[in-house]
Amino acid sequence: MFTSTPYALYQCLPALAADTDWPRLVSGYRHMTLIRTFDKKAVNLQRTGKLGTYASCLGAEAIGTAGGMALHDDDYFVPYYRDHATQYLRGVPLHQILQYWGGDERGNAFPSDTAAARDLPNCVPIATQLPQAAGIATKAKLGREHAAVLATCGDGATSRGDFYETLNVAGVWQLPLVVVVNNNQWAISVPQHLQTASKSIAHKAEAAGIEGLRVDGNDLPALLDVLDYALDKARHGKGATLIEAVSYRLSDHTTADDASRYRKASELHAAWQREPVARLRQALVDADHWDAAREKQWLADCQQQVDAAVDTYLNQPPQAPTDMLDFLYAELPDSLKPQRAALAQQAGGRHA
Amino acid sequence: MHSAQQHPGNSQPLNLLEAINRALLYAMEDDDKVVVFGEDIATNGGVFRATEGLKERFGFRRVMDTPLAENLIAGLAVGMASQGLKPVAEIQFMGFIYATLEQLISHAARLRNRTRGRLGCPLVIRAPFGGGIHAPEHHSESTEALFAHIPGLRVVIPSSSARAYGLLRAAIDCPDPVLFLEPKRLYRLQRLPVELDSDPLPLDRCFTLRAGEDVSLISWGAMIHETLAAADRLAEDGIKAEVIDVATLNPLDRDTLVATASKTGRVVIVHEAPFTGGFGAEIAATLASDALMHLLAPIERVTGHDCPMPDFAMEPQYMPSVERIVAAARRTLEY
Ligand SMILES: Cc1ncc(C[n+]2csc(CCOP(=O)(O)OP(=O)(O)O)c2C)c(N)n1
Ligand SMILES: [Mg+2]
Repeated sequence: MFTSTPYALYQCLPALAADTDWPRLVSGYRHMTLIRTFDKKAVNLQRTGKLGTYASCLGAEAIGTAGGMALHDDDYFVPYYRDHATQYLRGVPLHQILQYWGGDERGNAFPSDTAAARDLPNCVPIATQLPQAAGIATKAKLGREHAAVLATCGDGATSRGDFYETLNVAGVWQLPLVVVVNNNQWAISVPQHLQTASKSIAHKAEAAGIEGLRVDGNDLPALLDVLDYALDKARHGKGATLIEAVSYRLSDHTTADDASRYRKASELHAAWQREPVARLRQALVDADHWDAAREKQWLADCQQQVDAAVDTYLNQPPQAPTDMLDFLYAELPDSLKPQRAALAQQAGGRHA
Repeated sequence: MHSAQQHPGNSQPLNLLEAINRALLYAMEDDDKVVVFGEDIATNGGVFRATEGLKERFGFRRVMDTPLAENLIAGLAVGMASQGLKPVAEIQFMGFIYATLEQLISHAARLRNRTRGRLGCPLVIRAPFGGGIHAPEHHSESTEALFAHIPGLRVVIPSSSARAYGLLRAAIDCPDPVLFLEPKRLYRLQRLPVELDSDPLPLDRCFTLRAGEDVSLISWGAMIHETLAAADRLAEDGIKAEVIDVATLNPLDRDTLVATASKTGRVVIVHEAPFTGGFGAEIAATLASDALMHLLAPIERVTGHDCPMPDFAMEPQYMPSVERIVAAARRTLEY
């Protein structure tokens, strides 16, 4: 059982306890490898002109997977834009994730029969999702839903007023909110030490009077422990938690970025030694819960799932140009009818 | 909708502030998804008392004092609205609304569109706006045009007690995000009968306050009062002015505006906000294209000047006056 020690870096790997929930970790490992396969494919699609600018989640697989696994269906998820793993686990099909990054809003119309149906879509304006997450947490609290809200953001986001305003109100109103910061050390080209002089990002909880925890973001079992604890605390009305998940952005910021302009190859190389997928695989293999044969089979399955998703994505019919007006208001105002009529004359939109 | 039994008495003399208060009260009675929050709105009932009595009636769970953070207030509203609550948030003065812009532009106004209808954003942001009450710096501006430029965000401005009540009820019912700007100069100006059981008013129609054939006077908010006074003054000389309250800047009821301009051929647009890029420019451009063949004179705009809202000592020199409106109307007639 996880016991909270504010600000101390919490880790489980490599030494896993005997009473570890092995099936849960194996399934977590499978999700992480699937999302890594997906991520690689998405980058390739962008390189070949079949996807727009894409934010890779390379190095964030454990954080995203832990979030998706720890959430209950009646909780809420408020993402930033590197949360493909969580979105997938909430029920967003991979082809819809591609559709979003392919410049098509239909990617945000998550299926109504999944937990994702209530979740907010990706959030590009940094940190602006956080006050919204506080609003959703307020709704959950007022309705006595016993549900938690999980919101994510990056380390750069913790410099914005939105971040502080959110933690502050979460403290005052005892909101059922968990904010996970994916501290991948970089905000595009700006390193942590130019972002904050705080001892850690978790310490930023102190001023808001909420609990601040630090966890190894490359350590799935540790992340699951911390998230289980914080989400459960939220569901039981015991207040909000800030979790700093210490990771490393193994990719460029997005496909439009070239990290070699500002980041040393040696630093990246060192970070690869701690990457979350291989670390968990090693622990599972050491404990006899995974092996080369299963690995081979599962990677083939992943490839197949991803290829099928790409196929579905590439074969979506174009949107009707009138879609850009038809969903703006609940009902099209009369004043927009001439513009709609003009759009109706145009051909449909394309991928990327 | 509320029924006659629920709210007996139905026609009451109310000032604009009281009308807002009743609209909030009855909306909260009729729909428990309606929650109200902002700075000083619960125990204090709002600095203008618009939310007076609501906390006593509905408790802290539905009437909440927030920390002092406007961006947070807007973000809370977006989050709640995305999950089907009907938040009605107060921004204490329009001069402090700018921190909400990112939430309104990048989220509230586009949430339904960017999720292709999956999530709506039925929020209302209320804010007192405009000059004329000798308020301190930053308490008197009219920046409605900034917001009318945001597709997906409705901008609604009442100019009487009845329209304040009917439009706010409609705004709260509306599944789209609404910015509801309250002309604070009118808050306590006069008590007029308000039908509390009337249907909500439309959110995409101008109101024709007075019919006339000679010249169209088009305005909104507190300036409606100077505009009506100008129409009275013109009537003394036998000039019949048609007076239009635009009331909903977005979506704009172009049809009514084009119709009045086509009928009279002479147009004066009146607003408190600065001239350049003011919402009057949008109306003038619409009429210049859609009513061109009917126009008998250049379109006149009587507005504030292109300067920051002056501190109150010079407010009278800044604000459009009855005299300026009458003079503009005469110019169109003498053209
Ligand atoms: C408000 C805002 N400012 C700037 C940007 C441009 N931008 C996109 S991502 C980013 C860096 C974000 O870094 P971080 O929060 O650490 O998240 P990460 O991408 O590293 O996961 C910036 C500056 C933006 N999207 N939003
Ligand atoms: Mg970062």
